[in-house]
Amino acid sequence: MVAAVATGDIPLKRRLRRAERARQFRALALVLPLLAFLMFTFLIPIGGMLWRSVEDPEVGQAMPRTVAALSGWDGKEVPGEPAFAALAADLRQSYQDRSIAGVAKRLNYVSNGLRTTVMGTARKIRDLPAPGTARETLVAMDPAWGERATWSALKGASGPVSDFYLLAALDLKRNMEGSIVSAPEEQSIYVDVFGRTFGIGLGVTALCLILGFPVAYLLANLPAGQSNLLMIFVLLPFWTSLLVRTCAWIVLLQGEGLINDLLRWVGLIDEPLRMIYNRVGVFVAMTHVLLPFMILPLYSVMRSISPAYMRAATSLGAPPAVAFLRIYLPQTIPGMGAGCLLVFILAIGYYITPALVGGAADQMISYFIAFYTTDTVNWGLASALGAVLLVATMLLAMVYGKLVHGQQNTGGLKN
Amino acid sequence: MDGGMTVTAQALVRFQGIQKTYDGEHLVVKSLDLDIARGEFVTLLGPSGSGKTTTLMMLAGFEVPTHGEIYLDGRPIKNMPPHKRDIGMVFQNYALFPHMTVAENLAFPLSVRNMLKSDIARRVDEALEMIKLQPLRNRRPGQLSGGQQQRVALARALVFNPQLVLMDEPLGALDKRLREHMQLEIKRIHETTGITVVYVTHDQGEALTMSDRIAVFNDGIIQQIDSPDALYERPVNSFVANFIGENNALSGVVENLQQPNCTVRLDGGGTVVALAANVEGVGRRTTLSIRPERVTLAPADGGDGPNRLPAVVLETIYLGDHALAVLEVAGNSEFMVKLPPGGHAGLSHGQAVTVTFRPEDCRALDAV
Repeated sequence: MVAAVATGDIPLKRRLRRAERARQFRALALVLPLLAFLMFTFLIPIGGMLWRSVEDPEVGQAMPRTVAALSGWDGKEVPGEPAFAALAADLRQSYQDRSIAGVAKRLNYVSNGLRTTVMGTARKIRDLPAPGTARETLVAMDPAWGERATWSALKGASGPVSDFYLLAALDLKRNMEGSIVSAPEEQSIYVDVFGRTFGIGLGVTALCLILGFPVAYLLANLPAGQSNLLMIFVLLPFWTSLLVRTCAWIVLLQGEGLINDLLRWVGLIDEPLRMIYNRVGVFVAMTHVLLPFMILPLYSVMRSISPAYMRAATSLGAPPAVAFLRIYLPQTIPGMGAGCLLVFILAIGYYITPALVGGAADQMISYFIAFYTTDTVNWGLASALGAVLLVATMLLAMVYGKLVHGQQNTGGLKN
Repeated sequence: MDGGMTVTAQALVRFQGIQKTYDGEHLVVKSLDLDIARGEFVTLLGPSGSGKTTTLMMLAGFEVPTHGEIYLDGRPIKNMPPHKRDIGMVFQNYALFPHMTVAENLAFPLSVRNMLKSDIARRVDEALEMIKLQPLRNRRPGQLSGGQQQRVALARALVFNPQLVLMDEPLGALDKRLREHMQLEIKRIHETTGITVVYVTHDQGEALTMSDRIAVFNDGIIQQIDSPDALYERPVNSFVANFIGENNALSGVVENLQQPNCTVRLDGGGTVVALAANVEGVGRRTTLSIRPERVTLAPADGGDGPNRLPAVVLETIYLGDHALAVLEVAGNSEFMVKLPPGGHAGLSHGQAVTVTFRPEDCRALDAV
């Protein structure tokens, strides 16, 4: 009755929306600067990266006639004369407008040597071959044109989008029949690198958890004065740059470094231990750098756990160890989850620390992304590696979200 | 020891010469000797900082006495860790484990005692039956109301059949109506199980309702330990008289002491014959304690009996089941008189009246 009177002519829901609108606009206005910032510095670059990982434009742009001629090609044998004629025309044209180098580089990714084939042929074609002789002319210039594999590479690169880079990032490729097969062994390195990246990430996360948990516990349970002092020590690493901290580890860990000198002086070792430019150095330096990211979330969760729970558990007859395992530890799971996720995601993206203190066999995926971005300018592969890393990270975050939501027990409303 | 043997045999808990300090300078508990009999409901009552919670924590094992010994069932427990004491405890904010359901919370003390699964299930069911929360057994504490959480905490402290259960202001977080309901429920559980309860509160109404005996704490010392009615009717000092119930205090000097009574000359004028409950002697200062419901109002210059004091009405307060008149009597401008319903009708501000009370209702206590 009351509701009916109150609604009047306009439905109650619409009146509520109208009443809330001003508040929503104000909230939106407050987040707008951040939203714009994120848009330009985060979403658009990531979108660009994802797009580059599937974009494949060079051949399509430089050789439109060949692409058109190959559109109906079944790939079973070397295509006929029209395709050769189109190729000859495209090679000559793109040589003149200098877009041929991109094509040569792109085709060389598929098979080493195609760069020479493309560039050599293009340089030799001065005039268009007479009608009907295109095939002879081109095969005479480079016998590779008479092979099915060359044409298959051309067709696979004809774009404008392809899964070539993404497959390469996973050590896969398409064979001449178009089905996905694993790449030859000498080219298969990325799966190993991803494995190594996740392995180092897991190891560093485990070390951070083991070392960080007691510190966070101390921080949360010491009297305020002492815990503030300890907190300064935890945050101290943030006051110096990552590079300085990593270089400090080089000083400490190297063969003639402080630690080796000390161990030799004490007499524990005769020969210097090898602790740098190998996996040990990577673990030590990365754990040190990432430890605060484990301690802080753990600390914030532990701070909110009332000491009354442990008292209650012991008063109910639980020895301290049982009370810790059954009452305290389960309540720190959200903190452990957040800390592990944070450390792991940061760790698998690490570049500078492994590059400085690791050996050749300790380089992580970011090193290769940087290598392809800056050294060989193979942005397609760099983006594809980045995309795979991003997807793996997002999957992890989703798993974490599911786990934490399943753990959620503060009661109240489910949303 | 020889004098205490009989008491030790009866007492479940015995505090002997307990002192406690946290900083080494200031004693929070100055001197505590207290025996608690099996099956008794004893309340530690006092203002905050009076040492009552510290006393409870020492009994639970979370604080160690600086001096003295605590006996539980005749055994010294000063150095026994809390989990071996077999004492149930209800905490101020319940301390229900947030990651466990109601049933898991109740099963916890049983499972840490390595009981059989079937026994645990049966005992948990019985406990849920007792607090009438059977349908909510799979809820988490966060999904329960304050009163329901309180009942679970109570059941959890009782489910392992401890010989003693401690309660640290367990009803402090509840609203008034629920608090009164829970007081009766705790009392009922105490009566049906026959368990010994040590209850800490600063709410004197709660203490009067539930306890067999109340120990009134102030400044680290038990001021008086007695049954609720004795505490209210026969406080031994001014602190207890003021802390328990409403009290009218009048200061004066003892003029004449003739046990059991004494004559007191009030600072604000007039003499009163009072019960000499706690006076030091003739010529010494004293504070009189008179309960508001023991005072009668008479017209100015009227009334009879030895104690008649002139008064001026300052205010009347209607309280439904009764009324209060606030008077100025012998310099005390907060002198309260409890009147029957409607008894305030004829009184007006500034009206002169006489208050009268019997000598046995007026206790001469220590000066404040």
